[in-house]
Amino acid sequence: MSYTPTLPAKDFILYGETFSSRFLLGTALYASPQLMRDSIIQSRAEIVTLGLRRQNPADRSGDAIWQFIQESGCRLLPNTAGCKSVKEAVTLAEMSREIFDTDWIKLEVVGDDYNLQPDPFGLVEASEILIKKGFKVLPYCTDDLILCKRLLDVGCQVLMPWGAPIGTGQGLLNRYNLRTLRERIPNVPMIIDAGLGAPSQATEAMEMGFDGILLNTAVAKAHNPPLMAEAFADAIDAGRKAYHAGLMQKRQTASPSTPTIGQPFWHQQ
Amino acid sequence: MINISLNNEPKQIERGILLSNALIQWGFGETKIAVAINGEFVPRSTYHERQLNDGDQIDIVKPVGGG
Repeated sequence: MSYTPTLPAKDFILYGETFSSRFLLGTALYASPQLMRDSIIQSRAEIVTLGLRRQNPADRSGDAIWQFIQESGCRLLPNTAGCKSVKEAVTLAEMSREIFDTDWIKLEVVGDDYNLQPDPFGLVEASEILIKKGFKVLPYCTDDLILCKRLLDVGCQVLMPWGAPIGTGQGLLNRYNLRTLRERIPNVPMIIDAGLGAPSQATEAMEMGFDGILLNTAVAKAHNPPLMAEAFADAIDAGRKAYHAGLMQKRQTASPSTPTIGQPFWHQQ
Repeated sequence: MINISLNNEPKQIERGILLSNALIQWGFGETKIAVAINGEFVPRSTYHERQLNDGDQIDIVKPVGGG
């Protein structure tokens, strides 16, 4: 059945590349590489995140994950997870660019060990350095409007504000800030990155007008990760359609949906 | 011999060795890796001309799943 969107349908374009899926999936924490592979397939994701870590040359445990990621055909979005300084993040980004042959980087600069909150000052500084080095930076940031504006000032073309701290599954903790971000920065792709635990939370974010969802733990730690990946994919699609369709205004009082004219058993008093 | 740190583990290796040869000695010859020395990225194209020095801190990373 066809429908006419209330809002103009915008393609999902990140750094000039158009994607049909608005779901970006992480590749960590799965019980097996096979579950990760099946989850990527069921998620319909076209972008997956991954990382770099020190490893013993004899340790081949990561080889299957890397092989499945390559076979997925997804665009790779390496991260700088765990980096606590601008220098660490820039160096790891350069290592990622070489090893994965991509100038895309999910930039993380951790400012606090307890909640893994992004360091806003380091994030802006590292973004500026990396963009000058030719990187396409997708910054994992907080929902602070001024931080997001500064990231745009230094050349970021995508923003990835958190819903909640990484791995918490808390959903959208600060709806006011997120709505403000969307209203004040309407034309930059914004992906809610981290903190979502349930597909309904992803739907809500999409209904608010966010352009995409990036998550990992909620799928990887589900009892059935591939099924949860599919559930998130459907939820993201539903939220996007609802955003285009235009949500009704909330009302304080009830209003009958069935016509009152012609109501049987009603008589003038 | 010189003392270096490889992924935070102390190691000894012959003085003047090139990074490209050290990587083979350590078993990284055929694997997909990236290297940093003393926190600075070392491009693959320079492995054959980069000599290791006493006290160098070498980080070698491989792809892993990530969020």
